[in-house]
Amino acid sequence: MSTVPESPEEALASVVVVDYGLGNLRSVTRGLERAGAAVEITDDPDAFAAADGVVLPGVGAFREGVENADPIREDLLAVAERGQPLFGICLGMQMLLTSSEEGTTDGESAVEGLDLIPGTNVRFSEGQKVPHMGWNDLSLERDHPLVEGVDGEYAYFVHSYYAVPDDEHAAVATTDYGREFPSIVANEDGTVFGTQFHPEKSGETGLQILRNFVEICADD
Amino acid sequence: MVLTKRIIPCIDVDLDEDGNPAVYTGVHFEDLKYTGDPVEMAQAYNEAGADEFVFLDITASAEGRETMLDVVERVADEVFIPLTVGGGIRTTDDIKETLRAGADKVSITTGALERPELVNEGAKAFGSQCIVISVDARRRFDEGGEHYVEVDGESCWFECTKKGGREGTGIDVLEWAAEAESRGAGELFVNSIDKDGTKDGYDLPLTKAVCDTVDTPVIASSGCGSPEDMYDVFTEAGADAGLAASIFHFDEYSIEETKSILDEREVPVRF
Repeated sequence: MSTVPESPEEALASVVVVDYGLGNLRSVTRGLERAGAAVEITDDPDAFAAADGVVLPGVGAFREGVENADPIREDLLAVAERGQPLFGICLGMQMLLTSSEEGTTDGESAVEGLDLIPGTNVRFSEGQKVPHMGWNDLSLERDHPLVEGVDGEYAYFVHSYYAVPDDEHAAVATTDYGREFPSIVANEDGTVFGTQFHPEKSGETGLQILRNFVEICADD
Repeated sequence: MVLTKRIIPCIDVDLDEDGNPAVYTGVHFEDLKYTGDPVEMAQAYNEAGADEFVFLDITASAEGRETMLDVVERVADEVFIPLTVGGGIRTTDDIKETLRAGADKVSITTGALERPELVNEGAKAFGSQCIVISVDARRRFDEGGEHYVEVDGESCWFECTKKGGREGTGIDVLEWAAEAESRGAGELFVNSIDKDGTKDGYDLPLTKAVCDTVDTPVIASSGCGSPEDMYDVFTEAGADAGLAASIFHFDEYSIEETKSILDEREVPVRF
């Protein structure tokens, strides 16, 4: 059952989990290992370049995330520029967009996201229980190698803001919480993508997505 | 589809005679009964379709705490669904240690009642999504409360207790729930001292009053004896998740069976 690689040589692909000082990296690391990846947790840009793929994890607030990742901002943009797979999870996905309503709280000026998938993140409207917390289902809008075998499956969400990409086509899957919102997004050439939910907490469905990601990295 | 109602098995972990972690379940207020190894149990529940786990550390000792963190690590490495850990969390360092071991959320009871700033500190440092405030509520039919609801034809308020109901605080549960939310709690975990271990249903007036007071998700706990009880707490009280221990531990109902019964009655659940 376990496909955790015994050694990095046996792994299907090498993946870097970006450590920018936020969040619990243990679960996502174990999930990726279970999916067949050799994982390195680091903020070293040389390691980004050497890996088959890069995961930008994250929980917490947009402003804090963007500010914490600021020293490696250009290096993350370079990952995308080189066409290496770049996978944002939860806040990490929101950071792939241009801006967030969350970044403008307390009257402070907005901070800019990575702008790899142009668009903004907005807060669920009044009257909805926030955060959107729990299991909700994925409705596929289009093909992408990340979502093979997961149409209609449930994933685990915890978030108060959701992505609104400028290009409607950026939504790979949508989810319904009072309104339909993009739960998986990808850029035009498909190498930069993200999930609003936590695949590492979404049981077998999540592991399938992580395996798909490792496949993408291995093929690349 | 919509957000599903979550079915959450709760596991009470204590140390056995040899100092190893073991799961215990209280039945009708009687002695705790040994029901298994926590890691094996978590794996079994994961395969059975649990939406989340709650682990409560009932060891209440430094030694127990270390063992508990080790259990959390082992479970988090094997099981890829959300894990909430509670018991004895009083400082931001306790929160950090527990999250670092692999918990997704921490459940805090006494530590937050005694020092409410802990909620703000935890939410600021780690995000509201991982701060679950747990209340052990007790019905009071006297005049000390702030918010009264009708229970069995009588007017009653709910008091926050400490030490598993052995100590009152005089604090009104609804006041505390609103305060905890405003301080940054991401979820509320509502236990009932009156219903605990009875298996005759959740405290519906209590759960409904809390759901009506806050906008954050509410996990109902204490008193679940059947899938019917879960149905009631979802539809009548408005809970977002139902927690149960003994009906699952003693195989009276499987998680799948529970979900099938809810699904037939049009409660959204995840399969």
